[in-house]
Amino acid sequence: MTVPKTVLEGSEAVAEAVRQCKPGVIAAYPITPQTHVVETLARMIADGELDAEMIRVESEQSAMAACIGSQATGVRSYTATASQGLALMHEILFIASGMRLPIVMTVANRSLSAPLNIWNDQQDSIASRDSGWIQLYVEDAQEAYDTHIQAFRIAEEIHNPVMVCMDGFVVSHTYENVLIEEDSKVSEFLPEYKPLFSLNPKKPVTMGALGTPEYFVRFRKQQQDTLKKALETISKANEEFAKAFSRKYGNGLIETIGMEGAKHAIITMGSVTGTIREVAEEAGVGIIRVRSFRPFPAEEIRKACEGLESVGVIEKDISIGASGALYDEARSALYSLKNRPKVSGFIAGIGGRDITPSHILEIAKKIKEGEERTEWVM
Amino acid sequence: MIEIRFHGRGGQGAVTAASLLAKAAGLDGKYAQAFPAFGVERRGAPVRAFCRISERKITLRSQIYSPDFIVVLDDTLLGLPEITEGLKKDSVAVINTKSRPQLKQKTFCYDATSLALEMLGKDIVNTAMLGVFAKASGLVSISSIEKAIEENFPPRLAEVNAKLVRTAYERTE
Repeated sequence: MTVPKTVLEGSEAVAEAVRQCKPGVIAAYPITPQTHVVETLARMIADGELDAEMIRVESEQSAMAACIGSQATGVRSYTATASQGLALMHEILFIASGMRLPIVMTVANRSLSAPLNIWNDQQDSIASRDSGWIQLYVEDAQEAYDTHIQAFRIAEEIHNPVMVCMDGFVVSHTYENVLIEEDSKVSEFLPEYKPLFSLNPKKPVTMGALGTPEYFVRFRKQQQDTLKKALETISKANEEFAKAFSRKYGNGLIETIGMEGAKHAIITMGSVTGTIREVAEEAGVGIIRVRSFRPFPAEEIRKACEGLESVGVIEKDISIGASGALYDEARSALYSLKNRPKVSGFIAGIGGRDITPSHILEIAKKIKEGEERTEWVM
Repeated sequence: MIEIRFHGRGGQGAVTAASLLAKAAGLDGKYAQAFPAFGVERRGAPVRAFCRISERKITLRSQIYSPDFIVVLDDTLLGLPEITEGLKKDSVAVINTKSRPQLKQKTFCYDATSLALEMLGKDIVNTAMLGVFAKASGLVSISSIEKAIEENFPPRLAEVNAKLVRTAYERTE
């Protein structure tokens, strides 16, 4: 690949992707470190580069409520948030997914207070993992750009909202080489949004009605079935994207790096993968990067770990009182392997703590010891 | 891969300097990465920004602890231990100063403040120091820095800053 000559901030790259996907409504409330995404989109609307309604709401809860309203009328809708904003939205997240509205949202991952902390970890989106949204975690600005284009397509194909999670600051505020595709090529990849049903006074329907127990359970089961099916949809979007733009990310669900002949591996998500790439060979570990956390690709992880002696999970979240969320789920996925590898967990990068190559080398040593434990990188 | 650490004070444009340098390196056909030391920004407080330039894709995400270059926008910062922290024997310092600070490393000094006051009428030295850096390092072309400024500043500011960066480049020895 030739070097992309354009160097953009991660947030600007995301805004470019969203502009090219032509949402009709953007409703958002500013919060660090998501702010540059929506600021850039607001400028694009003001400059006539994007024909969308920008609704400046009074809170994130209202931002999601507004997106639900506009998406229900059949208009492609988008928002972005982080941290406390996503927490405030929590109630409405379930309504968006329960109503099967294919909203796309950027989460610029940031820790949750208290103490007040504006820096990156992934506690915010991990705390929303049960909300019925698809969650895709990206590694760098190029993938953030590419994944937003895929996200609209995935969401609309299966009528389910998608969250694209990019590490706050580490991706959102970092300038990198990014290839921005032609608008027409993006339009070709992403067909016009055609909802199955929409709110229209000429043809009235009820959305989000009361679900009595015998119906409610069926709705929930359908959501579960849909997200299981989404494993295929996400893979397919990754393949189709590769055909159109010559870039792909593993099988769309996980990406494996240096796993041939590996005896040990690191399982992780997001931008820290880049730092691990730098030293993986020296550390003698392969990498399994989880791109789709919801739906969770248990089968793919199991296959990737077959024959390994030990794996370590590095993650920027903690289910306080239990373990890291990725650790628990990866370990559970490996349970049915005949000779399952030993699994250790590493809670790192919390509240913006820097993760360096020497941390990774140290972690790799501990992984190889094969002791099942969870440690904190302080 | 070359690692550069910028030191300035809040409001002096260290973060902009790092991002412009990355953009210029991109225009030169190289991979680049720039980011601030994320923090709560306050005017006048010491700030750091980072830039990496490489022929290969850059995946490393940690901060820069052992830079090949430091660029110091304000010489009143020189007493702080964090300025020289992690410097290697062959690291190079590029400093905006009228005096001759004594560093163990090779040092390029230039009075960018006087030049900025003369050409901009303001003590904003981030662009001028990019000109000094370009000459001192030979890492980026001055024409790409000019182009990056033209593409990212409003027209009037772009013109005078492009002139400033070229002048600083030509006067650096």
